[in-house]
Amino acid sequence: MVVKTLTINEQLISAREEETILQAAQDAGIHIPTLCHLEGVGDVGACRLCLVEIAGSNKLQPACVTKVTEGMEVETNSDRLQKYRRTIIEMLFAEGNHICSVCVANDNCELQDLAIEMGMDHVRLDYHFPDRKVDISHHRFGVDHNRCVLCTRCVRVCGEIEGAHTWDMAGRGTNSHVITDLNQPWGTSDTCTSCGKCINACPTGALFDKGSSVGEMKHNRAKLDFLVTAREKQQWLV
Amino acid sequence: MDLPELIEIAQKERASEKLVQIRCCVAAGCLSANSQVVKQRLEEAVTADNLTEKVEVRGVGCMRLCCQGPLVQVEKLGTGDWAMGTGEDSKQSPHSKLYEKVTPDDAPSIITAINGGETTVQQGDLTHPFFTSQMPIVLENSGKVDPERIQSYIAANGYQALYHVLREMTPSEVVDAISRSGLRGRGGAGYPTGLKWATVAKAKSDAYNDRSDRKFVICNADEGDPGAFMDRSVLESDPHRVLEGMAIAGYSIGANQGYIYIRAEYPIAINRLQIAIRQAQRLGILGTQIFDSHFDFKIDIRIGAGAYVCGEETALMASIEGKRGTPHPRPPYPAESGLWGYPTLINNVETYANVAPIIRKGAEWFANIGTQKSKGTKVFALAGKIRNTGLIEVPMGTSLRQIVEAMGGGVPDGGVVKAVQTGGPSGGCIPAAAFDSPVDYESLTQLGSMMGSGGMIVMDETTNMVDVARFFMEFCMDESCGKCIPCRVGTVQLYKLLTKISEGKASFADLELLEELCDMVKHTSLCGLGQSAPNPVFSTLHYFRDEYLALIS
Ligand SMILES: Cc1cc2nc3c(=O)[nH]c(=O)nc-3n(C[C@H](O)[C@H](O)[C@H](O)COP(=O)(O)O)c2cc1C
Ligand code: SF4
Ligand code: SF4
Ligand code: SF4
Ligand code: FES
Ligand code: FES
Repeated sequence: MVVKTLTINEQLISAREEETILQAAQDAGIHIPTLCHLEGVGDVGACRLCLVEIAGSNKLQPACVTKVTEGMEVETNSDRLQKYRRTIIEMLFAEGNHICSVCVANDNCELQDLAIEMGMDHVRLDYHFPDRKVDISHHRFGVDHNRCVLCTRCVRVCGEIEGAHTWDMAGRGTNSHVITDLNQPWGTSDTCTSCGKCINACPTGALFDKGSSVGEMKHNRAKLDFLVTAREKQQWLV
Repeated sequence: MDLPELIEIAQKERASEKLVQIRCCVAAGCLSANSQVVKQRLEEAVTADNLTEKVEVRGVGCMRLCCQGPLVQVEKLGTGDWAMGTGEDSKQSPHSKLYEKVTPDDAPSIITAINGGETTVQQGDLTHPFFTSQMPIVLENSGKVDPERIQSYIAANGYQALYHVLREMTPSEVVDAISRSGLRGRGGAGYPTGLKWATVAKAKSDAYNDRSDRKFVICNADEGDPGAFMDRSVLESDPHRVLEGMAIAGYSIGANQGYIYIRAEYPIAINRLQIAIRQAQRLGILGTQIFDSHFDFKIDIRIGAGAYVCGEETALMASIEGKRGTPHPRPPYPAESGLWGYPTLINNVETYANVAPIIRKGAEWFANIGTQKSKGTKVFALAGKIRNTGLIEVPMGTSLRQIVEAMGGGVPDGGVVKAVQTGGPSGGCIPAAAFDSPVDYESLTQLGSMMGSGGMIVMDETTNMVDVARFFMEFCMDESCGKCIPCRVGTVQLYKLLTKISEGKASFADLELLEELCDMVKHTSLCGLGQSAPNPVFSTLHYFRDEYLALIS
């Protein structure tokens, strides 16, 4: 095993060669905010919350997909990064329709947690008020596109862990949205196995168990971790 | 296929040349103005006058002054010598006549003129700076050879560079020649081409633990910038030149497969490429054991649906792989892990089009053209409020003033030029006061704009700069792939703010927010689209801030 040493926020740490800055930071107990990252599935570097400053480069790099290198000097929490992150969260609140008080995920939502972490007390940006749909055709689950942050975690967990690839993306720009099969109602999907992994992967209240009322939706990420370790390490740890 | 055979094809083609050549533009611009019928009528007129022995009507690529199309050029070749020069010696022959806005009914009159009679058809001035300031390298054959006949390209010394490379140079010598020439990527960022080739040449594939050393060559012909048509024109006018450049690149980096990624909106270019590939394969110039060497190289076309972001290299490769065309973070760069994980060389159309002349005439010849850091020429699509719109190819370092005022002929109806927009949605507006600055990568960047792929849009005094910024932001908003938040949502927010300002409803706080969001979108977006989307706002704010302020107070 090749070990690299680097500094994160002036703290000297060591990391395995193949590790990302995010993994190395987490091992060292340093928190970097993330949204599209999900333990166990591939990273896409899309939400841009984990951007960090690396000495000697004027480009910000996403910690979730950037590998550590020897002697690297990383800064994860500069004023500039904090400002950008807060704006990213504001943008998401302005884009969808996030009225937490009437949301199934209230109190169990990563977006909400991030807003609190960023100290976001109001949104300075214009709300888009997009015309987005709700699909409750599935017998067990529902999707409310108004609360989707387009992190594609559902797409990846369904494709990479369940192997069904029911979810995908359609549209572009502000019209991007997740779809099931070839944009058919979820309830008519031939590929969906109703395993519920996407529900657990979703950071927000966009994917929910039918019948959950406001604030009831609990995400069980441990279930995904369990499956990933079982598959990759053949360890059936509960 | 061997060198003597290649030369024989060239000689036969030259010998078959008739005394007079009538060249009718059949590139997209003139075709859309009915030049196909003009060509047909010219052919009919030649036959009717029993001139088929002496006169040839030839469909050719773009003759550059597209605004006056359909264009027809009559060239008296005299002795049957190949009158087409190359590079700097390609000044129009004194016997050359250019006819503008030719209608099908003009055909007989043009034939009359060939016979020494009078004609009323509008004639162009070939001594105008629009033509004389040009230096055709990339476009040396454009408007001269028939893009649908490989013999025509071979007669213009085509494929000699490829032969020379395969039989007389090692791959590293080729890379070295490209490096020494100083050629930089014409797709926008201006990355040194030789360095890119050297990197891919050295790269080892670790895709799928595959020990085969597969590599790929990609030609980026997506060309999505509004107002840009340089790459389309090169492909329509002289497709073989791009194939030759790609094959040379393939040999030098060790690839046997090339892809041309081109948008479906370019049907004529696609068609001519297909014809060109087929003809080259039939002659053994593409395919296996090219020129009886050990080098195999195949080129296939991949058609894109026409999304601006698919010009971004990682999105483009995803699209070729059959996936959704969205970018992914770099590193890894394509040179290391590209198509299906294999090392991949990706260059722009115009970049490849420069390769054969560099090999043929030498790296030093090329390095002597242009400026210290920007070598060679650049093709621009000149458009907007200007008299002569069309395609130009000028040496790097030519001043903006020379291009806009002398070549472009200024604003029609006595208007005043206010600014020129370069670099498309990633670029910026340069005010007339800075027109003495030379056109090269560094100078344009210093002015807060960009070389980009070569769109040049001229604006006059009636143009409002807030509207210009808003137009480009709308483009980016529509073309954002939606993958990353800053670009997907940021462009919408910026567009809304610009609209608010242009409608006179904005406050100073909005202007502040505009600047703050521009900074954020630029620095946090995943790919070049988002990273450069704020550029038109930055540059108009820098040079024309008073126009923003006037709309606020
Ligand atoms: C949004 C976006 C669009 C692009 N579009 C094009 C294009 O249409 N054609 C092109 O050659 N390069 C385009 N590029 C640049 C390519 O990603 C790449 O840098 C280029 O093809 C490399 O070729 P070069 O080194 O010959 O310039 C684009 C980049 C971005 C970020
Ligand atoms: S998804 Fe999260 S942020 Fe959005 S409304 Fe629900 S709880 Fe609030
Ligand atoms: S539905 Fe949930 S998991 Fe899927 S993209 Fe939207 S927010 Fe992410
Ligand atoms: S910058 Fe825009 S186009 Fe590029 S990845 Fe992000 S959303 Fe897509
Ligand atoms: S967690 Fe790294 S970009 Fe989203
Ligand atoms: S298209 Fe005919 S001159 Fe340009």
